[in-house]
Amino acid sequence: MSRISRAFSDAAGDGRLVIAPYVALGYPDMPTSVKLARAYLDAGADMLELGVPFSDPIADGPTIQRATQRALAKGATLARCIEAAADIRAATGAPLVLMGYANPFMQWGYEDLARDLQGAGVDGLIVPDLLPDDNEDLAQACAAHDLDVISLLAPTTPSERIRRVAERGSGFLYCVSLTGVTGRREDLQSGLTAFLQRVGESSSLPRAVGFGISTPAHVRALCGQADAAIMASALIDIFDAAPPAAAVSRAAAQVGAMVDAARCR
Amino acid sequence: MTTAARASTPDAAGYFGPWGGRYVPETLVPALEELERAFMRLRDDQAFRGELARLLRHYAGRPTPIYEARRLHEELGGARIWLKREDLAHTGAHKINNALGQALLAVRSGKRRVIAETGAGQHGVATATVCAMFGLECVVYMGEEDVHRQALNVVRMRMLGAEVVPVTSGSQTLKDAINEALRDWVTNVETTFYLFGSATGPHPYPLIVREFQKVIGIEARAQMLEQTGRLPDTVVACVNGGSNAIGIFHPFVDDPVGLVGVEAGGTGPAETAATLEAGSPGILHGAISYLLQDEDGQIAPTHSIAAGLDYPGVGPEHAYLQDTGRATYVSVTDEQALDALQTLARLEGIIPALESAHAMAHAIELAPTLPADASILVNLSGRGDKDMDTVVGALGADG
Repeated sequence: MSRISRAFSDAAGDGRLVIAPYVALGYPDMPTSVKLARAYLDAGADMLELGVPFSDPIADGPTIQRATQRALAKGATLARCIEAAADIRAATGAPLVLMGYANPFMQWGYEDLARDLQGAGVDGLIVPDLLPDDNEDLAQACAAHDLDVISLLAPTTPSERIRRVAERGSGFLYCVSLTGVTGRREDLQSGLTAFLQRVGESSSLPRAVGFGISTPAHVRALCGQADAAIMASALIDIFDAAPPAAAVSRAAAQVGAMVDAARCR
Repeated sequence: MTTAARASTPDAAGYFGPWGGRYVPETLVPALEELERAFMRLRDDQAFRGELARLLRHYAGRPTPIYEARRLHEELGGARIWLKREDLAHTGAHKINNALGQALLAVRSGKRRVIAETGAGQHGVATATVCAMFGLECVVYMGEEDVHRQALNVVRMRMLGAEVVPVTSGSQTLKDAINEALRDWVTNVETTFYLFGSATGPHPYPLIVREFQKVIGIEARAQMLEQTGRLPDTVVACVNGGSNAIGIFHPFVDDPVGLVGVEAGGTGPAETAATLEAGSPGILHGAISYLLQDEDGQIAPTHSIAAGLDYPGVGPEHAYLQDTGRATYVSVTDEQALDALQTLARLEGIIPALESAHAMAHAIELAPTLPADASILVNLSGRGDKDMDTVVGALGADG
């Protein structure tokens, strides 16, 4: 059983949601982002989403745009992100999923990428601008190296397409909670329940909900509707608002609060 | 390759050979599929075609003429030079052709809010214009740097009732304006029509833009036959995204006519926007095509004196035309473009846009190398009024 599948089945057995915080690798610098990843795991995170910076992140709002631009300015590259993932892997058995835009992965070469990610102990890949319709080369390379390619679904995705997209993915389904880009929100989008229900009817893969998941209350609201919660911009906002010496522990404390909120029974 | 095969490109998934496709967030897929269905249905719809033809004629001022640049020819010798006068179209550039077509699609699709990106401001002005005419809400994203260097076009857009949103992220040029427009579309996709201006982006945009711009080539081909009794030997157009070029090239693809795209070479190899010349394959803004990028796949900063050519990508059909050898692509520098602008102004009384001046610069280089019975057709894609600040800045006020 893959680390991803085990994390989902363990959480389901305990009646809780998988908590999967996002770490913008290289922000504010590479060593601090690795430290942040470890702090999230210590706070109880079940899985990490490791963000690879890209110059033109079209699915991201201002917070992640700013973080990834800063990471690039500080010299973050895909090579250094893979090294960082290996560092994080050395101290944890939790699943690690790399998230990034297609072009840096294409330049690395999909076959080499899959091999190198497997070598670094990465379990899966999320590429928000590479649809299952156009990702055959990447999917084949990842399958050969036991990496899951995570499919994304949006509230606008028709049920018929949900089925087709779900069939092409593995590991879990990344359900984008809203029509929009990443970023902190006050409320979950109305219609989320119906969307998650449509996904559940179309596929037996676990459902992870991301984009806009900002508070423990948001996590709590997903109990019974989804299998995992992914949080990103809200954590970066907390990190940025804290004095530098306390930034890692404040963001990790928020992850801890979300882990508590994720105990559905 | 047969005519039928050419006419059918792109394939059903939006690929011209290996180029194109649809590399977008999942949220946009249903909207792109809906747009594709609407376009495929309406392109052959008599009422739609009739309405578009009426607007092109009575609103945009088509057909635009072709004009023989005789004094330029006397100065240069060699081939005769004909200019396709897109600068005479309403709003001062070819961009109005596509803006009218897509705005009609928006109206027919029931979308009352239109967004657009703009670099030089010509597509933004064209979009603001057609939105005013159709009574549509209009938001134009424009890089902060372009807002400054194309200030006149910002005033025009606002006067036409559009909201102009300066984009301060990244390089603050067209690339970042497209990022921001895509983020708006992802957020407001159910109510909003993205009126895309370039022959790039996710399928079906490269196809739609070409189909609405090919009126340039269809007219010019007939006009050359009527006025010279034969086809031109070479057609020259500036290329970045490549909408004016694909518009004039496409109707000549099956003819024995040379097609030359002219990219912006900036100040030289270190500061360029010549994507086909200096770029490599990659994925940006919804398509796989050539890109200017670093080794890590980050998009590289570009430079061109022409804001409308200052983009690190190129339309997928141009990548395909280069691969197949059907078109060739060259580059000219900022300085050559400035020279060409002044030459055309002085000899013919026409001030071209800096973008179009790139095409002129190549034609000026090419003409003396060809025999006297040869002819060159240049797409004069826009007029230069918007560029006077830039030109003065580069040459000094007495330039």
